[in-house]
Amino acid sequence: MNIQQQLEKKILVLDGAMGTMIQRYNLREEDFRGEFFNESKIDLKGNNDLLSLTRPDVIQEIHEQYLKAGADIIETNSFSGTSIAQSDYSLDHIAYQLNKASAKIAKKAANKFTKQDPQKPRFVAGAIGPTNKTASLSPDVSNPGYRAITFDQLKDAYKEQVRGLIDGGVDVLLVETVFDTLNAKAALYAIQELADETEKRIPIMVSGTITDASGRTLSGQTVEAFLISLSHVPILSIGFNCALGAKQLYPYVKTLSEQSNRFVSAYPNAGLPNEFGEYDQGPEAMAKEVSSYVEGNLVNILGGCCGTTPDHIQAMAEIVDGVTPRLLNKAEAIQ
Amino acid sequence: MKSLPLKLSGLEPLIITEDSNFINVGERTNVTGSKKFLNLIKNKDYETALDIALEQVRGGAQILDVNMDEGMLDSEKEMTNFLNLIASEPEIARIPIMIDSSKWDVILAGLKTLQGKGVVNSLSLKDGVEEFLRRAKIVRRMGAAVIAMAFDEQGQADTYERRIEICERSYNLLTEKIGFDPSDVILDPNIFPVATGIEEHRKNALSYFKAVKWIRQNLAGAHIIGGVSNVSFSFRGNNKVREAMHSAFLYHAIQHGMDMGIVNPTQLEVYDEIPKELLERVEDVLLDRRDDATERLLEIAYKYRGSKESKEKETQEWRNGTIEERLSFALVKGITEFIESDTEEARQKTGSPLQVIEGPLMDGMNVVGDLFGSGKMFLPQVVKSARVMKQAVAYLTPFLEEEKSKNVVKRERPKVLLATVKGDVHDIGKNIVGVVLACNNFEVIDLGVMVSAEKILDEAIKQKVDVIGLSGLITPSLDEMVGVAKEMKNQGLQLPLIIGGATTSKLHTAVKIDPNYDSSVIHILDASKAVTVCSNLLSENNRKFKKEIREEYDKLREDYSKKNASKKYLAFDAARKNETSIDWTSIAVKKPNKIGTTVIDNVSISTLRNFIDWSPFFKTWQLTGKYPAIFKDKVIGEHARDLFEDANTVLNEISTNNSLQAKGVIGLFPSERVGEHVIIYTNEDRDREQARFHFLRQQTEKRAGQPNSSLADYIAPKHKGIKDYLGLFAVTAGLGIEKLLEAHKGDDYKLIMIKALADRLAEAFAEYLHFKVRTEFWGYSENEALDNEAFINEKYVGIRPAPGYPACPDHTEKRIIFEVLNVEEKTGITLTESCAMYPASSVSGFYFSNPQSRYFRVGKIQKDQVKAYSKRKNQTTEETEKWLSSNLGYKTS
Repeated sequence: MNIQQQLEKKILVLDGAMGTMIQRYNLREEDFRGEFFNESKIDLKGNNDLLSLTRPDVIQEIHEQYLKAGADIIETNSFSGTSIAQSDYSLDHIAYQLNKASAKIAKKAANKFTKQDPQKPRFVAGAIGPTNKTASLSPDVSNPGYRAITFDQLKDAYKEQVRGLIDGGVDVLLVETVFDTLNAKAALYAIQELADETEKRIPIMVSGTITDASGRTLSGQTVEAFLISLSHVPILSIGFNCALGAKQLYPYVKTLSEQSNRFVSAYPNAGLPNEFGEYDQGPEAMAKEVSSYVEGNLVNILGGCCGTTPDHIQAMAEIVDGVTPRLLNKAEAIQ
Repeated sequence: MKSLPLKLSGLEPLIITEDSNFINVGERTNVTGSKKFLNLIKNKDYETALDIALEQVRGGAQILDVNMDEGMLDSEKEMTNFLNLIASEPEIARIPIMIDSSKWDVILAGLKTLQGKGVVNSLSLKDGVEEFLRRAKIVRRMGAAVIAMAFDEQGQADTYERRIEICERSYNLLTEKIGFDPSDVILDPNIFPVATGIEEHRKNALSYFKAVKWIRQNLAGAHIIGGVSNVSFSFRGNNKVREAMHSAFLYHAIQHGMDMGIVNPTQLEVYDEIPKELLERVEDVLLDRRDDATERLLEIAYKYRGSKESKEKETQEWRNGTIEERLSFALVKGITEFIESDTEEARQKTGSPLQVIEGPLMDGMNVVGDLFGSGKMFLPQVVKSARVMKQAVAYLTPFLEEEKSKNVVKRERPKVLLATVKGDVHDIGKNIVGVVLACNNFEVIDLGVMVSAEKILDEAIKQKVDVIGLSGLITPSLDEMVGVAKEMKNQGLQLPLIIGGATTSKLHTAVKIDPNYDSSVIHILDASKAVTVCSNLLSENNRKFKKEIREEYDKLREDYSKKNASKKYLAFDAARKNETSIDWTSIAVKKPNKIGTTVIDNVSISTLRNFIDWSPFFKTWQLTGKYPAIFKDKVIGEHARDLFEDANTVLNEISTNNSLQAKGVIGLFPSERVGEHVIIYTNEDRDREQARFHFLRQQTEKRAGQPNSSLADYIAPKHKGIKDYLGLFAVTAGLGIEKLLEAHKGDDYKLIMIKALADRLAEAFAEYLHFKVRTEFWGYSENEALDNEAFINEKYVGIRPAPGYPACPDHTEKRIIFEVLNVEEKTGITLTESCAMYPASSVSGFYFSNPQSRYFRVGKIQKDQVKAYSKRKNQTTEETEKWLSSNLGYKTS
């Protein structure tokens, strides 16, 4: 059973935050270094993707907690897996290895659960983050024409990441937390170019980020403009994640749902951060807010981003259980 | 046959459907078509080049064509650079871009800069099918629509048959071989000049029209475009005729099915306004209706030559209005240039200075007030408007004095008294409220800062004010406001009281202030609410309004007491047992490179401005959004940009004239923790105590695994054998501000700007100094890089909490910091009786280096802790309760 067929039958649940769960383990610098990276001159603590190599047990355990909570799709631990993001730790050379390892761990966990209950197949989404650089904004106010990264650099880095994820066995690719549409276009270009080279095509999910109440992406696009800008790629699903809580994200998911002919995903944060940058919305409170997505028939895939935990995911899995999914083929759709 | 909707995007969508009017593509940002634009690019004057783009957008262009094809230019580089620059101008980047080049590499470079869905102009079969397909595939993968020009291996199509043959072939290849959606295919069947005198050119326009019609009927979904100005090529230099030809050509092309045109939208004659005779002869040419059509058009063309209207500069057009219109325009736009002469003209017209104020000037300000109230003007503009008003009134003042002596009575405006309460020096918000009220026909009596209850009441009675407004930023001011309310009640006043300021809240007003006063007490969130509230309070039937407020506040109080009752607290002892767990064996505390105090007075404003966190600055001006994304906001982006420019101008002035100075002092001391206090010592053996700091601990019941934190937890306890250290600091960026403010007296916009910037500079200084402490003075994080963004997001090790803020809410701890560091003498910062710092643009606090340290909120605490705390601080419980009133989780007697 492939993911497309499952999506036609039910609302699928995506897992929750990886970072929030990793924090619970109170890992230390040596956990991140493991045996491989003892020589690093830079502190590696905080480079969560690295744990796929140095503490695969922790990552697998987190995946299993989410699967146990009822997630149909789990995301690989590869949000910062491009050589661009890893270069902050002088680890740009390990990008391929990192993604492959992350994919393998997730696939192992997913297979275990699929085997236990073949009626509920579990899928692995290769997480592709936005990197920490923007292709259409200048980081230097006094030099607006400057760019810290080019389309080609992004495309090459994404291609390497995607190669690792696919070789590790992911079922679907998830280009997520898109704050700059040009970065996403580079990722999608890389995915298609690689598919041409390998003659292997796997479904693509895209999830953008609306940064604040202006209703726009960080790079300034409205929901509709975002949708149009990515309409050239035959993607499986489109949606939003991060930056906002379910309540604040609602209007944008609604617009997207009305305007798109793809499956729609949403995985908001556990509320808005408090004064200390913590997400403190509990599972029930969040479930209550996302239930409006389900009642409004807005989504096909539902999950959580920053601050969400297996408890949050379990609460969502309960809500979507047995609900008819949103249908496609909207006459007025942009895409 | 219908075209399918073509969907393009810049920052916003552009959806072209059958029902859309004809789509204008702006063509002036094209080096091949505009000499002016070419020269600007050649001379690297990109700013002016961007103005041309902006002019196109404002002139109605819905897509912007950009072309850099010129032999002398590095076209690829110029394309990338200019499109990057456009991306940083939200008003331009709003619309989709058309990348125009005959060179594939330039097109590709352009595509790599576009986040939106643009248009490639153009591909053609000129270099063969294979190359066409290779390029088309990339264009599609980059997510752009494509223009296919009617051009093939044999050349450019110039007959009806060739046009439709190449268009059909291109269309089929694009949709069938590459998978383009037919709506993303735009065909260009070539517009060529007419009336050239060459026989073969006679049918150029006509066969274009016919080809357009054929495409519309046969190639489903496709769109049709053309470069219109080509058609009038032979009439260069005669703009009137050219404009007429363009309009007439478009009129017919659209009739036949063309739906996009590359034209200069600012140079199009309205079809119906083309003189009859000219139109007839132009159409004879276009439609090839007569053999002598060209001669007949030439015959009359000379009449229109040189009739190009020398349009007056648009910006000056407003000067032609009536005097009332001019004053109103100047006020709304904030233009001071002509205000004195216009005011004088109005005075002579009305014969009375007072009538000028109460007539045209006040009318203008009412327009400003209405626009602000309905969200169509923004705070920085309103303050600029007030500046114009002030200048006009200042001009009239001598005449007013003269009139006064002649006993002309002035009509009274409602009076609002404003004051920052005793012990507090913060007044930016209050000043903004003052300006906004003044713009709305209120007379504002501003008593300034640190004003005692006594003085507020005296002045209120003496000046017969109608409303009293209190403001304050630090938490002790909340208590001071309660005191003012009580005093007003004692004296039997019935004036409405309004409350504002960063720490004030509707809840605090309802729970703490309202019960202490019999008349209305209303909290206002920001300046825009001030006008509505004051107007409602002073209207004749204010009963309903007052009643609603009263009911709302009653409800708030009720909910609050219910909620408070349900909150669970731990006994202080139990909370202490659940302290932050820190594994001291794993932490190697770095001994500071420099122990003791250090004065820092060599940091210039020009250094500090680089560390400013701008987002709070915009918030001060009620423009909410994150810097720099705020510039892209559709509604406030432009205003944020203007404000940012003004701020930088003021910063330039400040750094050039050295009119503000920054000074700071830090100290790093051996320390130990005992319970909730931290002792600092003068020696490494830690036996000569210098001072002790008192911290509070969270007392609300926490989820499992969450500690009840106290800042003290981050310092190694006595007897652990670990040598730990505590840092202290106090900085200001406000030295010299009095003189600077004096110099700009009367200019509220400048005054608020200077204060807001000084605040930001002080914060920037604190951030910068914290960095220096981490990397140099203490040196526990020596490899950290200097990165403003990381600063703003606080992505570094250690914290710098400040007394009076949530982690250590007791302001009086500042007194100990001031004593230990000798702050007053070393920096010139002083403390008021409420422990506010003066100059207001100052920051003081602690440095904790512990990697586990983080900011938290102490929140509500219970009496057992208050008692223990009072004992430690050697003061009465009542004294503690007074300073920590906002943190008490119980009712005081």
